[in-house]
Amino acid sequence: MNWDFMLFGTLPYVFITIAIVGTIYRYMVNRFSWSSLSSQFLENKVLFFGSFPWHFGIILVLLGHIIAILIPGTFLAWNAVPVRLYLLELSGLILGLLALIGLLMFIYRRLTDSRVRAVTSSWDVLILIILAIQVLTGLGNALLYRWGSNWYASSAVPWIWSVITLNPQVEYIASLPLLAKIHIFNALIFILLIPFSRLVHFLAFIGPLKYLTRSYQLVRWYTRAPRTEAIRQYK
Amino acid sequence: MDIRIQLSMCFHLDKCIGCHTCSVSCKNVWTTRQGAEYMWWNNVETKPGAGYPLTWEDQQRYMGGWEVTATGALRLKLLKGPGKLRTLANIFFQPNLPTIDDYYEPFTFDYDNLFNAPLGDDQPVARPKSLITGEFMDKVALGPNWDDDFGGSPLYAANDPNLKGLSESQKQMLTHFHRLFYFYFPRICNHCLNPACVASCPSGAIYKRGEDGIVLIDQDTCRAWRFCVSACPYKKPYYNWNTGKSEKCIFCYPRLEVGEVNACAHACTGRIRFVGVLFYDADKIEDVAKQPDDRVVEAMREIVLDPEDPKVVEAATKSGVEENWIWAAQNSPAYKLFKKWRIALPHHPEFRTVPMNFYLPPLSPILHQAKGDEGGTYDPESMEFFNDVELMRIPVKYLANLLSAGNEELVMESLKKQMAVRMYIRQLRVGDVGDAKVKSALDEVGLTAEDAWEIYKLVSIATFTERFVIPKTHREIKTTIDPRTMYEKRGSVGFGRKRKELVAREW
Repeated sequence: MNWDFMLFGTLPYVFITIAIVGTIYRYMVNRFSWSSLSSQFLENKVLFFGSFPWHFGIILVLLGHIIAILIPGTFLAWNAVPVRLYLLELSGLILGLLALIGLLMFIYRRLTDSRVRAVTSSWDVLILIILAIQVLTGLGNALLYRWGSNWYASSAVPWIWSVITLNPQVEYIASLPLLAKIHIFNALIFILLIPFSRLVHFLAFIGPLKYLTRSYQLVRWYTRAPRTEAIRQYK
Repeated sequence: MDIRIQLSMCFHLDKCIGCHTCSVSCKNVWTTRQGAEYMWWNNVETKPGAGYPLTWEDQQRYMGGWEVTATGALRLKLLKGPGKLRTLANIFFQPNLPTIDDYYEPFTFDYDNLFNAPLGDDQPVARPKSLITGEFMDKVALGPNWDDDFGGSPLYAANDPNLKGLSESQKQMLTHFHRLFYFYFPRICNHCLNPACVASCPSGAIYKRGEDGIVLIDQDTCRAWRFCVSACPYKKPYYNWNTGKSEKCIFCYPRLEVGEVNACAHACTGRIRFVGVLFYDADKIEDVAKQPDDRVVEAMREIVLDPEDPKVVEAATKSGVEENWIWAAQNSPAYKLFKKWRIALPHHPEFRTVPMNFYLPPLSPILHQAKGDEGGTYDPESMEFFNDVELMRIPVKYLANLLSAGNEELVMESLKKQMAVRMYIRQLRVGDVGDAKVKSALDEVGLTAEDAWEIYKLVSIATFTERFVIPKTHREIKTTIDPRTMYEKRGSVGFGRKRKELVAREW
């Protein structure tokens, strides 16, 4: 049995389909549950050292991954000059370490603070485990197999495109080390978990982005159209 | 001119006895759910006092409300610096968010132990138990009325930001037995015209209802970014730590829509509350919010329109205001108290949210310091009952900090009017004040005898239907009920579905 094809050629479709359908279903049927479930209100001292490094680290690292997916050619060209490569790798590593620090604080906080423990669900524990695996394998890849940004853009990205274009080519990543494969498969599990957990909150980033341009005041009408309008256009 | 309607509540502080019946009836109706135990959409504070959450009026700490920038634009204090971009930067962690420790950790007592304790030498006790963790608490460290009636005033009330600008001898009202003075201050959401919570919500979940001005949080759109809690200078949106949604006073809209009175106002034993309709000009909200501190209350009075004015009535009709709402506006106690007689004042107008609840400053105690006290003028032997309001025990400066952005004349105007009405009625009933004295008192504040009688009637002996002039909403065309979900939401008071309690709370 071809495990590579099973894990990276078939399951991605199953996971992604469940994630998309599940997310839409949850949005349509139980929108009330769509929340970041912030626990800052219960504990805000350790959270400061967890939430800031985690979110800024992971968001920028994720953006790096996405940019490489979108423009792998430019990405590789950038890396062609050693200084730029070192710069990219180093900043990636630092951001990854930031995310790791944040994540460790999250785990410490969930374990030690009784109030936060009271609002911790099994899903939260599972997410923390998945995220820990993801960050640790990511850092391992960056440290052990140089240069991660190069082989990511030249082998993993083509595989991602092959999956997106419904023509999965697992050969692209077949020769990657085990650590990299764990990283990739764990990412798929992460996607799978989105609709079932608080992870949905990062899909709500559109609201805050819209906030930057909308007017301050919102009014909703029952009798006028449009139903939502701004009192005054001051921003 | 863009005429809109605002539901407004007025509070006669002289009559508030601090019984907290309003808070309890609100709690029983709306916030007995898990995650909402610590919320008091309606709470009553002792003033001077630290309030709930502790020192909420201190905007250096909480950064609530608005400020006018150097360029003359209106900006949320919370977003100082790079403006709205700060929302994105602080979305993961908010430096100004109060935590549960600023309110209090909700608790119950281990009553079971009183009945089931094994036989022993000691009386069994009911130890406090946290409603969040379910664990025993060493002690109850804070509560919603922790400094009620000046409990621990040197520790709590001394931090009241409204004491700013008072002389040391005036501050003795906190600590010196003969000079003690405090009054009660009931608070609900102000349903502001320029709400900071709406303006700060990154999800756009909070909105003002166009038809009646009630500010609500859309529970399905709220994503727990928590900016409303930080941005509201009155700290009236609350974060539900269980559902991960913010909640706030809903002005009992399901009751008001059918003509019922708010739970808090209905239960008020002192009959201190008035609910009515105001017409205002929505085009001017921004201008009013930008007025300097000494002008802001006047500007708020100007934005409220005279419902008897035929032009206003015509414009209101044209913008779709129904007849019963116009009638309600014309008989509105809020309009009379705030604008017509100018005796009610907004709470902290300097926060620039243009709050829409109004308070009659307390006149009591009429008796000021006894002559024996330093600076006192009251002679216990004298038969004179009414004295100068300037010499009252409660510093006018304090009331001005609380109710008129530091503008003492506005508070004096209201106090003198209330005093003149009292003298007028005393003369009518007892006749020992003297017509000339009553006339000069009324003339000084520009009231006629008819006005005085009207004021007396409304604030002292008004009937239920005079205190609460609430028009029914035309539910045939405007409804908040979604027939698809009305049954499943029943029993959850609209804040999410009923769901299984988390495992930690099994008792």
